[in-house]
Amino acid sequence: MKKIEAIIQPFKLEEVKEALKAIGIDGMTVTEVRGHGRQKGHKEVYRGQEYQVDLLPKMKVEMVVPDARSEEVISALSTAARTGKIGDGKIFVYEVAEAIRIRNDERGESAL
Amino acid sequence: MKKILSASSLAALGAISLLAQAPPAAPPTVADLVPKIAAAQSAGDNAWMLASCALVLLMTGPGLALFYGGLVRKKNVLGTMMQSFILMVIATIMWALFGYSLSFGDGNAFIGDMRFAMMNGVGMEPNTDYAATIPHLTWMAFQMMFAIITPALITGAFAERMKFSAMVLFTILWSLLIYYPMAHMVWGKGGMLNAFLGGTVPCLDFAGGTVVHITSGVSALICAVVMGKRLGYPKEPMRPHSLVLSFIGACLLWFGWFGFNAGSALAANGLASSAFVATHFGAAAAALGWILAEWFQHGKPSILGGISGCVAGLVAITPASGFVKPMPALIIGFAAGIVCYFAVVKVKAMFGYDDSLDAFGVHGVGGTLGAILTGVFATKEVNALKDAAGNAINTGLVDGNGGQVVNQIIGVAISWGIAIVGSFIILKIVDVVVGLRVTSEQETMGLDLSMHGEEGYNLEA
Repeated sequence: MKKIEAIIQPFKLEEVKEALKAIGIDGMTVTEVRGHGRQKGHKEVYRGQEYQVDLLPKMKVEMVVPDARSEEVISALSTAARTGKIGDGKIFVYEVAEAIRIRNDERGESAL
Repeated sequence: MKKILSASSLAALGAISLLAQAPPAAPPTVADLVPKIAAAQSAGDNAWMLASCALVLLMTGPGLALFYGGLVRKKNVLGTMMQSFILMVIATIMWALFGYSLSFGDGNAFIGDMRFAMMNGVGMEPNTDYAATIPHLTWMAFQMMFAIITPALITGAFAERMKFSAMVLFTILWSLLIYYPMAHMVWGKGGMLNAFLGGTVPCLDFAGGTVVHITSGVSALICAVVMGKRLGYPKEPMRPHSLVLSFIGACLLWFGWFGFNAGSALAANGLASSAFVATHFGAAAAALGWILAEWFQHGKPSILGGISGCVAGLVAITPASGFVKPMPALIIGFAAGIVCYFAVVKVKAMFGYDDSLDAFGVHGVGGTLGAILTGVFATKEVNALKDAAGNAINTGLVDGNGGQVVNQIIGVAISWGIAIVGSFIILKIVDVVVGLRVTSEQETMGLDLSMHGEEGYNLEA
């Protein structure tokens, strides 16, 4: 099993959800996060006082999928989240040791 | 339809013929009509003035509470709102017990006496010294709303770091030692600056440029300097947590200000309309002035600039609103927008004091500018002062009375002096008695939790 973690632009969340649904991915966890990569932030001015805002709002989308499906999911995800501009975000992939469904203790890929 | 019409017109004819048969009533005498006319005028004036009282209260809560509340960080939103709200409570009770009397009892040139203490002699009959057509109670209530908002304005200077107990003690002493004497000097019978009731240095202040805005704005500066900066200022980011709240608050201030200024005509008359229009023109022109200054300086026009500008314009037009024509109101407003912008953005940065929400830059500077420009643009065509023979005298510089500008400057200087000395002494007393500032742990935690034990936004609740 692989855990796929994508940090994306907030306004791309709906498109990403649609794309994942289209290839049959049912479960995901979405978190509002803040961060920056090379994009850095922007400047805000309040009554002449300038503030450099480095951490920008992003969405973190996480899901665990069977090994066989991970490339398919990654490509659907990155196509949907891409604008081609700096700030589009990143995808990280991890090995998952085990998955347990709390309701009935099912284990492994059948728990996904 | 036709049947119904004819039936009703028949009934009407019957009524008219009945009336025609009644014996003709004797024509009313003048003596009969006088009290009826007075009652009718009183009804109209009192309706407007009661509405104005409510409008001015709305400026403090929720107007100012939202305006200031949105400008602070979210850990201090309730603490900031509480500082406005508690004045609706404390300033009211002080006013009822002795504040009104000390401001408007005859007294001497500087302070009133205790004749109206505990609302003694304040009833439904008008007090003809101040407002001949409305109940004394209405006049008292209208002035009370001013006594509430004035100390509330100061809270913008010490936001996010003053102990609640210190704030309460400060505003009690401030009302006693600064507000009541200033209100008496400018508006009270026999007050030394009162242009209408026998002042020796007549200073024109229609709705509170000196009494409200200079006293509060200059005291705010002293508070900011004596209390020192917020922890981390100006290095740490202290962005307003919700300009949406501030926007709603500023627009409620604009709305309520019609009661503040047009209500200061104390009647539902032409002067009220004149002050209403001047107020609105001043606010709009100032918002434009601030937005333009910011657009040129920073390349972007902001909503915070717009609402700050409108408040600055409302401040500046306050003393002038009942004395100037509509076009000068535009000039006063526009000037206030530009001047207050530079006071807030440039002067504050130059001296480095932490007037957190710019109570001095907006109210102190705007009030001073407005008070002086009142002496320039006041005209007898709007509001005439009479000499002993009952003739209208020239009012301001535009009427040819340049001396009025000097009187205005004297009034401004007295307000500045009282505010500086008074506030400094009061702050020192409060510091000894309860201590001015919260501890650094409490400041880091925020006033909401440390002072009041609650939070503004419980998103997981």
